[in-house]
Amino acid sequence: MTIRVGESAEAPSFQKAALPLLHDAQLRKNVRHATDVIQRKRANVVAEQADWQELRTAASAIKAQTMRRLDEYLLQFEKACTAAGGQVHWAADADEANRIIAGLVRRQGSTEVIKIKTMTSEETALNEALPHDGIEAHETDLAEIIIQLGRDKPSHIVVPALHKNRSQVREIFRETMNLPDLGDRPEDLTAAARQYLREKFLRVEVGVCGANFLIAETGGVCIVESEGNGRMCLTLPDTLIAVVGIEKIIPTFQDLEVFLQLLPRSATGERMNPYNSIWTGVRLGDGPQHFHVVLLDNGRTRILADEQGRQTLHCIRCAACLNTCPVYRQTGGHAYGSSYSGPIGAILTPQLLDMRQAQSLPYASSLCGACYEVCPVKINIPEVLIHLRGRVVREQKPALDPEVLAMKAAAVIFTSRTRFEAAQRMGRLGQWPVVSNGWMRNLPGMLGNWTRVRDLRALPPQTFREWWKARQKKEGADA
Amino acid sequence: MRVSLFITCYNDTLFPATGQSVVRLLERLGHTIDFPLEQTCCGQMHYNTGYQQEAMPLMRRFVEIFRDAEAVCIPSSSCVAMIRDHYPLMAAEDGDPGMVRAVDDLLPRVFELSELLVHRLGIEDVGAYFPHRVTYHASCHSQRSLHLGDLPLRLLRKVRGIDLVDMPNIDRCCGFGGTFAIKMGDVSAAMLEDKMHDVETTAAEVVTAVDNSCLMHIFGGLHRRGSGVRMAHIAEILAATEDHPEAHA
Repeated sequence: MTIRVGESAEAPSFQKAALPLLHDAQLRKNVRHATDVIQRKRANVVAEQADWQELRTAASAIKAQTMRRLDEYLLQFEKACTAAGGQVHWAADADEANRIIAGLVRRQGSTEVIKIKTMTSEETALNEALPHDGIEAHETDLAEIIIQLGRDKPSHIVVPALHKNRSQVREIFRETMNLPDLGDRPEDLTAAARQYLREKFLRVEVGVCGANFLIAETGGVCIVESEGNGRMCLTLPDTLIAVVGIEKIIPTFQDLEVFLQLLPRSATGERMNPYNSIWTGVRLGDGPQHFHVVLLDNGRTRILADEQGRQTLHCIRCAACLNTCPVYRQTGGHAYGSSYSGPIGAILTPQLLDMRQAQSLPYASSLCGACYEVCPVKINIPEVLIHLRGRVVREQKPALDPEVLAMKAAAVIFTSRTRFEAAQRMGRLGQWPVVSNGWMRNLPGMLGNWTRVRDLRALPPQTFREWWKARQKKEGADA
Repeated sequence: MRVSLFITCYNDTLFPATGQSVVRLLERLGHTIDFPLEQTCCGQMHYNTGYQQEAMPLMRRFVEIFRDAEAVCIPSSSCVAMIRDHYPLMAAEDGDPGMVRAVDDLLPRVFELSELLVHRLGIEDVGAYFPHRVTYHASCHSQRSLHLGDLPLRLLRKVRGIDLVDMPNIDRCCGFGGTFAIKMGDVSAAMLEDKMHDVETTAAEVVTAVDNSCLMHIFGGLHRRGSGVRMAHIAEILAATEDHPEAHA
């Protein structure tokens, strides 16, 4: 079994990937504008919900309870889905999920699929895998079309093309749809997409979707969306294949009451999604006649086994944490090198990969806590980040890494008053080569990252404790 | 009241004027200060960077030194957050059941400076005088871990002569984040750029906060670009009077 998340194996470290993005003024402007708009909308609809905090608490409790008995709920789901005429498949990793899906498409005799936006299929890199079996995937979500036609990668889990503005979208459509006179008004762009899609909706016989929730009690697959492309993909094809992470399960239909209040408000700042679909098996002569659910593990059961990391699996992929994150705001999603970006990506990706890759991601946060504050299922992301940093240090850092040595030395200093005071004195005495006119402007080594954009005042001639001791002595003498 | 001061390692070393101001302020209000010299660091840098094992002895050390204190005053919200949010978890892992009890027992007596003044001592007007244009930076830990809300602003509003200006985007991180500022230097610098812009739009002479760590980062950037704005920890503003203007390091 090999776990991968999109193309994360080849992804550079966060700090390296962030650099070109920080210099892309247009991208940063687009990201700021889009996240500001979504945040404002979210704040308005959250404020009108008097029991918002109680809903968060309820959602967190439902998820925690689900994770404790995930194995039972999954089997319950399989049984209910099968009884309703669906077929459940189990995929240990991304490749197995892709193989299952390709097999189902071939069995149908098709060479094309239409897709609803699914980050899980980005995780398995399904679009890249299907051509090996002679199958072509067509995205139908507007943002995913922009990404697919522009040969780009999603930079956001709800709004994948958030980093593009409409004139950039027009350029992509002009070129790939052969529409030289296309305007850049939203109506122009959506009309072009509609034209492009309509023919595919009517022709292609296999639909691929993800799921927002799997309902264990009924075997239902719940999908919420805004554009109606989902409803098209769910109803028109003869075969529907859902690829879903095992953590998306909720125990009962009634649990949707909590999540369908939290998700649209958190994700798009809407009270309700325009389209809410629940597919439960097959109904003769109505909708897809072949219904498959591919349950994907790809590292999730290992996360489940880690008591402190487990809450990561509570995520309902609303992206509120991305929109509020001051780090994401600067870089956009591509810096995270994974289909999952932002704070949730920073904890999910490295855990899926068992901390063997993406080790810079837990450090891609100032621990400001804004993500935790907005999370509708109350994932304490800063706490998980700190836990994962601990795993990076314990499991991945070589013993002679300069940072490890420096941190160990600092710990030795801090455990003794004498050593601490000596270090303070030595710092003061030893700083002269880097101090000029009372300031440090060019520190060596790692600390150079500080003085690249910031000055640091030289260590003062007297520490607080020296002042205190002198004062006590004087008071003693005066008394 | 006898207030035990935990000055924090970086204030002790880099910002002695903040500690001196806390002492002057609390003594002026009629309290006695105790400064246990054995104190060093709360362990935040180690803990948050992933060196949780190295932070354990620092947790034990803090508890040992302050367990009998009437009240512990800490002029740094991120260090208070470290103690309040993480010490209970660390104590549970310590293996000594006495440590869990000791931490539980000590935590209600640990206060960030503005919490101590407003919540414990019930005072908002500390009799300060600071005739300058000031803007307040709400550090992340003060907002989202300590939930200080407007406590620091209530104290600042009572300062005579002060011209207090609201900073835009007050809830947004400045980009310091401890070792984040070093490890993710470029992203931290981009966040700092936004924050400096927000500070400068206020036309303030002084930027203040309950954490010198954020201020060191914000002011370090402002100084580099030759801005005239200077930094002052909230203790330095609250300690200043007509007779004794702010202490300078």
